[in-house]
Amino acid sequence: VPALYAQMCRIREVEQAATALWERGLISGELHSGLGEEAIAAGVVAHLRDGDALSLDYRGTPPLVARGVDLPALFGELLGSPDGLCGGRGGHMHLMSRPLRAASSGIVGAPGPLGCGFGLAARRAGRGDIAVAFFGDGALNEGMLMEALNLASVWRLPVVFVCKDNRWAVTTRSSRLTGGGLAGRARGLGLPVLRVDGGDVRAVARVAGRAVRRARAGRGPTFVLATCRRPQGHMAGDPLARLTGAADELAREVRPLLAAVRARPGAPLPARIRALTGIGLRIALVALDVSGRRRDPLRRAARRLPAADAARLAEEARAEVAAAVGKAVGATLDRAEATGGG
Amino acid sequence: VADRVLGFAAAIDLALTEAMAADERVVVLGEDVRTMRRAQYVRFGGERVLDAPISEAALLGTALGSAMLGLRPVVEIMFVDFVGVALDQLLNHAAKLDALSGGRWTAPIVVRAACGGGYGDAGQHEQALWGLLAGIPGLSVVVPSAPADAAGLFLGALADPGPVVFLEHKLLADYWLDYVGGSARSTVSFDIPADGARGPVPDPLEPVPLGRAALRRDGTDVALVSLGVGVHRCLTVAERLAAEGVEAAVLDLRSVAPLDRAAVTDLGRRTRRVVVVDEDYLRGGLSGEIAAVLAEDGGSTSFARVATETTIPYARHLEEQVLPGVDRILAAVRGLLGTGG
Repeated sequence: VPALYAQMCRIREVEQAATALWERGLISGELHSGLGEEAIAAGVVAHLRDGDALSLDYRGTPPLVARGVDLPALFGELLGSPDGLCGGRGGHMHLMSRPLRAASSGIVGAPGPLGCGFGLAARRAGRGDIAVAFFGDGALNEGMLMEALNLASVWRLPVVFVCKDNRWAVTTRSSRLTGGGLAGRARGLGLPVLRVDGGDVRAVARVAGRAVRRARAGRGPTFVLATCRRPQGHMAGDPLARLTGAADELAREVRPLLAAVRARPGAPLPARIRALTGIGLRIALVALDVSGRRRDPLRRAARRLPAADAARLAEEARAEVAAAVGKAVGATLDRAEATGGG
Repeated sequence: VADRVLGFAAAIDLALTEAMAADERVVVLGEDVRTMRRAQYVRFGGERVLDAPISEAALLGTALGSAMLGLRPVVEIMFVDFVGVALDQLLNHAAKLDALSGGRWTAPIVVRAACGGGYGDAGQHEQALWGLLAGIPGLSVVVPSAPADAAGLFLGALADPGPVVFLEHKLLADYWLDYVGGSARSTVSFDIPADGARGPVPDPLEPVPLGRAALRRDGTDVALVSLGVGVHRCLTVAERLAAEGVEAAVLDLRSVAPLDRAAVTDLGRRTRRVVVVDEDYLRGGLSGEIAAVLAEDGGSTSFARVATETTIPYARHLEEQVLPGVDRILAAVRGLLGTGG
């Protein structure tokens, strides 16, 4: 657990630092934070070795950090710097590292097919290498991901599919959109399914170990279904997550909806009330994810360690990430000064 | 006709509400639409505003089938970049129905999507893609540049018998920048054209027919032909040129397919110098199409174009160089004036 906890602390620090950079406006576009996914990334990536590949979505930072990506290069990329991982051209949704065999995509579901390709190349190489694909629960409704699961299954590719299930497809409850359920779907395509509490790093590591061993042994893909809670919602500034914390925004949003209940013509009143309740329920459910420190995966992992060890590991991660942010921001500011612009 | 001042997004929202109130057949399908179109969801109920799984291919195909049997779906795929996931449904099905049925069957679908860059989301989320889509026979593509057209073209698209892709530029439709987190902080700024993001909208709303360009500014020395945010960049350039004694006309195409060929050739003949400003890709797209239209007209128009030539990079300062900005447009115009007299 100490090594896993250390990785979780590093991921947490990186994501918090990225969020701070976003709030300061140093990251311009969307930022999808992996806060809440620390245990999943740490528990899975701990089993990887040189030669294994990672196929990631637009929330790819946590697995990359656990895999040992150069942190100043990572932050440089988020800042759009030429020293960044992709020269500042990819940004946070398209983080790629050829030496780490890791690639991200901003398109929902895309990690599935790419993971199959990584798996095929790994099998041809014949060294027992594997690929891991990370994606969310909402992505499982993309045709390309379902196709990829089937393809990996029938070709027995060495791929571990890790579904990070936070129960939201952006701002819509995914259970309302997923016929047959996530596990049933993967099983129907011939993949064994391992369910795990993605907030419990020890449990994730145990389950991921089984999936990785199976892939290395050439026995085919596994679908790991790991539940988690993301306090920031889909992305930084998530409209629903924001509403839960701002009474004035909520009031501004509610007024037109009340007008919509009365406007004519329209649906019968019971249907309108049902719709209004549905929106209210969504906001309430997001609020549950935003709060709830008790179920924080880091706190749960820390409880398994002597308090002094946990504090030391957290402090080391803080110092490492602060130094990396300082280096990347410093280099960016120096360059801005040298060129006389941002 | 009295005007009222509305935001670009609010104008589309109003058009959608009026269309849904007037016509029971209009339904909204898409990802997160019960969140994003919550006023329509509350007013018209869950049978007419349907949250879809993240399944663009199934979604567009469903819209097509429902339109073939009498509904008028407005189907939302969030960012136009995501059309890649579902292109078959547009390319091989929706766009082919009219022709392959011998004109006996049409499908009135409005595909609504956000497009465009200028806020730092990089190459998978900031594309324009209207040239790619407009190259498909049977598919219409419209790109409004201001609130009145946003509402009018939306109604025009709904009234059209065939499939229409309706593109909202994220720098104009405020809820998109809001959605990607732009308004959750005050520390970022975007080059938002004020006259495009907010402006007069006719009361009552009037549909704008597809395929008709609008002359935003008249001039005799050079014609700037553009659409979407590009129109506003051209208007800025025209102001600067006026200060130098050069009179530039600015034509807002509004619709990529059908294309208002007559408006382009008329202006080409009058000014004899045309600069196309296109946020979409340079190759195989709208700017080349306009060059062909002018060439086919037999004129001796001198021609230049400013478009997006590479994948849009993430870093804001690199992105600014790649997207057609005021400086690049000015340089193109000056080049043309220098060589063309």
